[in-house]
Order: sequence, then structure tokens, then C-alpha cells
Amino acid sequence: MSEGRTLHVHILRFDPHLKDDKPRIETFELREAPGMTLYIALNDIRKYLDNSLKFDFVCRAGICGSCAMLINGRPGLACRTLTSKLDAHISLAPLPVFELIGDLSVHTGNWMRGMSERLETWIHTQKAPDIDRMEERMEPELAEAIYELDRCIECGCCIAGCGTIQMRESFVGAVGLNKIARYRLDPRDERSDAQLYQLIGDEDGVFGCMSLLGCADVCPKELPLQSQIAYLRRKMVQIGK
Amino acid sequence: MKITYTDVLVIGGGLAGLRTAVGVRERGLDCIVLTLVPPKRSHSAAAQGGMQASLANAIMGEGDNEDIHFEDTIKGSDWGADQEVVRLFVHTAPKAIRELAAWGVPWSRVKAGAHQAIINAQKVTLTERAEAHGLITARDFGGTKKWRTCFTSDGTGHSMLYAMDNKAHERGIEIRERREAMALIHENGRCYGAVSRNLMSGELTAYIAKATCIATGGYGRLWSVTTNATICQGIGHALALETGVAELGNMEAVQFHPTAIVPVGILTTEGCRGDGGVLRDVDGYRFMPDYEPEKKELASRDVVSRRMTEHIRKGKGVKSRYGDHLWLDITLLGRAHIEKNLREVKEICESFLGIDPAKEWIPVRPTQHYSMGGIKTDYRGESPTLRGLFSCGEAACWDMHGFNRLGGNSVAETVVSGMLVAEYIADFCQTPQSHIDISTATIERFINAEQAKLEALIHGGSGEDSFVLREAMEQIMMDKVGIFRNAKELQEAVEQLQELLRRSRNITVYRSKSLAANPALVNAYRTQKMIKVALTVAYGALLRTESRGAHAREDYPERNDHDWLVRTLSSWSDPEQSLPDVRYEPLDVMRMELPPGWRGYGKDLTIHHPDTPTRAAEVEAIKAAHSDRFARQKALSAALEKLPKKYQGRNERLSERFES
Ligand SMILES: Cc1cc2nc3c(=O)[nH]c(=O)nc-3n(C[C@H](O)[C@H](O)[C@H](O)COP(=O)(O)OP(=O)(O)OC[C@H]3O[C@@H](n4cnc5c(N)ncnc54)[C@H](O)[C@@H]3O)c2cc1C
Ligand code: SF4
Ligand code: SF4
Ligand code: FES
Repeated sequence: MSEGRTLHVHILRFDPHLKDDKPRIETFELREAPGMTLYIALNDIRKYLDNSLKFDFVCRAGICGSCAMLINGRPGLACRTLTSKLDAHISLAPLPVFELIGDLSVHTGNWMRGMSERLETWIHTQKAPDIDRMEERMEPELAEAIYELDRCIECGCCIAGCGTIQMRESFVGAVGLNKIARYRLDPRDERSDAQLYQLIGDEDGVFGCMSLLGCADVCPKELPLQSQIAYLRRKMVQIGK
Repeated sequence: MKITYTDVLVIGGGLAGLRTAVGVRERGLDCIVLTLVPPKRSHSAAAQGGMQASLANAIMGEGDNEDIHFEDTIKGSDWGADQEVVRLFVHTAPKAIRELAAWGVPWSRVKAGAHQAIINAQKVTLTERAEAHGLITARDFGGTKKWRTCFTSDGTGHSMLYAMDNKAHERGIEIRERREAMALIHENGRCYGAVSRNLMSGELTAYIAKATCIATGGYGRLWSVTTNATICQGIGHALALETGVAELGNMEAVQFHPTAIVPVGILTTEGCRGDGGVLRDVDGYRFMPDYEPEKKELASRDVVSRRMTEHIRKGKGVKSRYGDHLWLDITLLGRAHIEKNLREVKEICESFLGIDPAKEWIPVRPTQHYSMGGIKTDYRGESPTLRGLFSCGEAACWDMHGFNRLGGNSVAETVVSGMLVAEYIADFCQTPQSHIDISTATIERFINAEQAKLEALIHGGSGEDSFVLREAMEQIMMDKVGIFRNAKELQEAVEQLQELLRRSRNITVYRSKSLAANPALVNAYRTQKMIKVALTVAYGALLRTESRGAHAREDYPERNDHDWLVRTLSSWSDPEQSLPDVRYEPLDVMRMELPPGWRGYGKDLTIHHPDTPTRAAEVEAIKAAHSDRFARQKALSAALEKLPKKYQGRNERLSERFES
């Protein structure tokens, strides 16, 4: 029975905007409620115990990617984590790599935007659509396959779980490589493999990856990162030859 | 003092705001987007179900066109919508979806040949046409005659928003994340931009622009349980209200979605019922056919939500510690279908309920979902009372949904309104009226006022705790401004909210004293704003003594066109007053393409408008005189002439091919 447990939530806290503030772990105790998620728990802490606690939730339904943090050391979406599945002692820390805003809140947005601008994650085409006319056809299976890769929510878990990025700050990460795989699959994007090679054919891209697959284990959307990165690497090796 | 100048300031980085930004940029204007969160995290990402556009590709959508989409939308609105706006919308929706297809949205496609579907709890075989193979397909949604809701597997809003944000990146649009608009800067009936607060550093900046567009989404978080994201707090509405000049339209028009999970209120998409899922009661009995023999689970949302509530009141709900609920049964769709087209639903069931929806029923009940009301604008998206202030998307009331929105019409609206309003804004920016004519002294006054408010909250004495006020407000809205409404409860709600408003003028932020990133400070100033917005909803609902669409008055069950075919307009002229000013704007029956009639649910209790028979006869005569649907439509309404030229072209379909 998890109902009625006392939870001890240990949170790594630091506010870079406060002079003299130092990173420290603070522990909050609260009573567990049925169906409680970390979203509910953290809001209760903010409401009743410490109103300065910083964290980010938007959809609170596992859809928007805002709430990734280290939960007992492992990157995950806090809103989708039921406390009943955790031990009564829970440790929470902000995702590493990203700029810290305060406590559990990190600036994933500007990292993702930088990655996106670097890899130009949009459809490149010379054609201007005539939107009065019927849309171009696409095989139903291909549309689904593209959607499979389009499902990334830019939560940053794969970045936090990646060994390469700890050593190479400019590495685009699984999230970036997956995007290239997605656009490569999409016939509407006219970029050739040679052009994509310019973007990811180096140590900051597909050749930086050590295939340790920390990313695939932690991706909350269960994207096929492993097979996509491997496939992309094979293609890029061919181009590089 | 920091001042940034631009041509167009867009407040909000959801689908509506981003499409507006892309549009004005295309017209050569500079543009800055302010958003609370990275744009891709906006609430638009949560739309799982789909987007309506009358492409008529799927076999069950065959024969669909703008006219049928128009009728569905007007009926759905219970004749509360602006028919000209709806006409512009249905005409542009197919273009919007085709544009998004070109921008990378992987819309699910028609596959030629036979496939199984569930219709009315029966397995049927549908055969898709070979000529439609590879075109965008559609599913069924409530309140529509045809299958018109286009989708990408289970993540329509996500894919749309990502494609849109990527487009904005491509166009180099300046997006400022974690910036909150705090107040509009205005003078002499003209809006010049906004004061914005950096949510990380706390810095205030004035953004001065020729045109300002509010695209901040809905106000669902006024209720304690809602399907909306945590940032859908009606702050954009409060910004408009606090000018004292701009007006809000039909704020009492609020939709409750039939199937949010209990207790947390996370939505399971209408696609569940569109694809064949059914509702069951405590006895496992499918009750909707008893109430709505024709449309059953796929009656309009407001109708299904009321029927469910009625059924629960008859004692047929399932008891739980969180109150009574009903069951949504999608087990009959089969695991394969659920795992592909309803995967998001499956994930939600697993993560938040710990159940497998392919085997178990889902506990659901009607929950606040959508804000039909919003910042009152004309068809161009501009406030009639505050020039230079525009609004679009869920935040606006240009009035496409009237008193009830159809599922799938909202994401369609965000994009269409963004496309159109961008053009009208660009046109406005080419006129001399758009010149920026405001002194730095005035700008400074606006910044200083915001700074002073923040400092008062932080340094004030022993005032009220905003968390307490906020919770009280949410509970009042929950208990008294819900699905069924009556004078007694609404009166109480208004009085209690007035009391909260008074108390909110004296909030103190305890303990957490930083002027930089500070959630307690944010909660304090937003609570002050939200209570005002809540008052426009509750007061509007109290005054409207009829039932229309989602506004259901137990003490006035009839739709009363005679007295209430009007739009509620609220404003807040004096900051010290405790109630909004309310006036009404009539809808002109004599200009309607579809004169008021009966929606076809329950008993017809309508009290008709005196002009209705006259207009109905006129419309009949016009229809009889024209066999061509385009000529007929033109004779009925000149709305389409108001469209920007580039969007006036007809839409091609399999049955209406262009000569190449
Ligand atoms: C769970 C759910 C499912 C839905 N499913 C569907 C569906 O299947 N089909 C459909 O048609 N509709 C659906 N809807 C409705 C639809 O998703 C929304 O109406 C629509 O996405 C709103 O888009 P928007 O661009 O107007 O606003 P939003 O996407 O809500 O964006 C608002 C933006 O404003 C910003 N903002 C807010 N306040 C401020 C401020 N003060 N300063 C600066 N920025 C600010 C936010 O950061 C955000 O970027 C659904 C809604 C919900 C709740
Ligand atoms: S497989 Fe590559 S991208 Fe994934 S965690 Fe390892 S190094 Fe990083
Ligand atoms: S690939 Fe997975 S883990 Fe990485 S950002 Fe996308 S959704 Fe998150
Ligand atoms: S808050 Fe959106 S994924 Fe957790």
C-alpha cells in the first residue's frame, strides 16, 4: 500500500539570480495521495512548504516535454511519474547540460532552438505550394513512418543521458540526429545526403556518437533512436567515402 | 528603461501566434513573438484529435464542401457565431491544411481499398477510392455531417505546431521565450505594444509596435479541473480588459468536454468516440442512444456533456472518492487501432490511471475544455474599440464558434485566423493610422506602473496569500459556473468573486522575495488578473437568461432568439470597480446565410426572432433561383469578398477538379 506514505523529496536547489546562493539539497516531507504524480507533489510543495521552488510544467500530460528532470538520477518526465512507483525517498535534480534557470527549471528552449537552426530542421524546397489545388500525394505508410520520428517532444532527456555531450558541448545529440533522420525520410525535403553530410558528417554529428545508447533508454516517447542513429551513420559513412 | 521597437508584436507562440508572425514576415514586416514557454511547448501541442477541413478525400467525407462545413459550424454554435467569419473560415481551412502539408506535417493518408471501421458499435467495411489514394484522410468527430477531421495518427497538434515553429525558424522570426506580457501600452484608443517581463531575470522591457496581436490561448485554468495546460490562464484576456477600452466577447461561452479522465482532467480525444468508442454507465449500459437516438455519442460536445451530467444525476454514475463518473469504452476498437491512432490515449491511461484501454474502460466525466469567449474583434481580428490591437486563435472572439465549438474546428481556426489576420495586420501597417505616435514619457509611465505593482506585491505588509485566493476562485468556478447554471448559484459566484477581487488588491508575496525568477510573484500578479476574467464569465452567465449551446440555464431552458440573439461585450472602464461593464451587440438575422433554426437535439424550445421567418423565406427563394452552389452562396452573402485576394480562389477536390 502506497497510500498515506510520507514522501521525502530531496531537491537540488540553486538560484543563480540570488547573490550568495549556493547549490544545496533540501528535503521536503509530504503525505502521498492516491494517483499522485511528481507534478502534484511539486505543486503541493510550492503551495504549502516553499513558494520559491522553481520547476516547469505546461501540459502535465506527458505531451509537451517541459518537465524533464533527473528523477533518482535518471532523466524522465516528472508529470508522467507516479510517486507510487518510487521509493519514499525521491531525489530530484535539474537536467544537466542545459542552462539553469533555478532549482529544477532549465532553459531547454534555447538549446533546442540553437540545434534546430544549426541543422535547419525544416522542409527545404524550391516549390511554392499552390494551396488552392489538391495536396501532393504521399503513401500512407510513409506518412506514418515520418510521424514516428516526428514524435520527439524536445524534452532533453536524451541529451542529459548522453555520454558524448559531457565531453563535446557542440554535439547535436540524439534529438538532433533523429531530426535529420526524419527530414531525410521526408520526400518533401529536397536536401541530398551530401547536404546532410555537411550538417552531421563530423564529430559534432553522427560520428561523435559512441553508441552507448543512454539516449534510447531514457526517451519518454520511445523513439527508435538506436536504429535511426545506426542507419544514419551507415549512410553518412558511404557519403564520406 | 529598455524599449524595443518593431512593426508587429505578437503575444503568444502557439499555432495562432506563430502563423500570424510568419504571415506578417512574408509581407516584409518585422515581428517579435513573446511567449511564456518555448513555442513548441504551447498548448496547441496537446490537440490529439484533428483539424477540420472539407477536403472530401475519405469515402465517408465524399461530397463534403465548404457549405456543409459552414452549416455544421453554425448549428454547432447554436446560431451564436458570426456567419461572415465562419464563411471566411470554411473557405480558407482547406488551404490551411494544404499549406501545412507542404510545410511538413505528416497528415495521415487515404489508403485505397477496404478497411474495417466501427460505426455505431458495429464493425463495418469501408472501401476507399483508388483515386483518393495518398491524399489526406479524415475521421469522424461530433456534430459533423461528414468525416472531415484530418489528423496525424495521434499527434495532430504536435505535428502542426512543430511544422509551424520550424517555419518560423526558417523565416528567422525573433522569438523571445519566457517573456510575459504584463500590460498593454495604449493611449487615446490606440494600442502601441506591451510591457513585458523576463521570467528568468525579472527585467521589464517595453515593446513598441504598430500593431499588437494577442494569441495567448484560452482561460481554462479559472476552473480547478480542466483539460487545459497550466499556462491557459486568460492572461491575454486580462491584458485587454485592463486597458479599460478593449472589450471581451461572450465570456460566458465555455465548453465542457465529455471525456476527460478522473480525477486529473487530462483529455482523452474525441477521436475515441469518432472512431467508434461508446459511453457506459454504472451498469455497463450504453445510455447515449436513449437520449440522442440519431447522433448518440457523436452529438455535439455540449449536448453529450449535458446528457452525461443528467445521467449521473439520475444516480447512474460510478461512485468514486473523486465524485461520480462514467465509462468510456474503446475496447471494441481493438488493440491495433488503439496503439496506432489512439496511442496518446493509451499512454495517458497507462501513465495516469495504470490501466490498459484495450482491455479496460476509462473513467471519464465532462470537464472544462474550451473558451469560446475572448477578445472581441471584427472579422479582421482587430478590436473595434482599441485600434492597433489585434487578436486571434482561442484568445479571440471574432466569433467563429458562438456558444459551442465543434471538435477539430479549433486548431483549424488557429491557423486560418493566423493566415487572415496577418494579412489584415500587414494592410493596417501600410496605412497612416498605424504610425507610432507615443511619447517616451508615456511609455515610461507604463513601465513604472508595472514595476511599482511588482514591488508592492513583494514589499507589501501582511496582505493576502495569493495561493489561497486562487484556490477559492477555482472552486467557485467549479461549483457554480459549470455545465448547468442557475440564477441562485451564479449570483453567489459573482458576489464571492467580487469579494475575492477586493481581497486580491491586497496580496503580499511571503518569503520568496526575488524580483527575478519567482513563481510566487508570478502567481500573485496572475491571480489578480484571473479573478477579473472570472468575473466577466460569471457575470455574463448570470445576465444571459436563456440557454444557448454550452450555456445551459436550468431556470431558462429555452434558446431565446427574441431577446438574446446578441453578443455579450464586457469591459472594465474603472480599475476600482468590482464588476465589468456589460453591453450587447445584436446579430443581424437579415444577413445570415443560415437563418436560426433547430439544432436537432432534444425538444425544440426556441423562442424565435421576429426577423427569422422573413429571412428564411428570402433564403429559400435565393436557393431556388440558383442551382450552382457558388452562385447561390454569393447571392446569400458577400462575405468572401472580404478575404485577402490571395485566399479568394476556389478549393480543388476530387469531385471539383480544376482544369489543369
Ligand atoms: C487537451 C486538448 C486537446 C485538444 N484537442 C483539439 C483537437 O483535437 N482539435 C482541435 O481543433 N482543437 C483541440 N483543442 C483546442 C486547441 O488545441 C486550442 O484551442 C488551440 O491549440 C489554441 O491555440 P492558440 O494558438 O490559440 O493558443 P495556445 O497554443 O494555447 O498558445 C498560447 C501561447 O500564448 C503564450 N502566452 C500566454 N500568455 C502569455 C503572456 N501573458 N505573455 C506572453 N505569452 C503568453 C503561451 O506561451 C503560448 O505560446 C484541444 C485542447 C485541449 C486542451
Ligand atoms: S548513443 Fe550516441 S547520442 Fe545516444 S547517448 Fe550514446 S553517444 Fe549520446
Ligand atoms: S529524442 Fe526522445 S528523449 Fe530526446 S528530446 Fe526527443 S523525445 Fe526527448
Ligand atoms: S508537463 Fe508537459 S510533458 Fe510534463
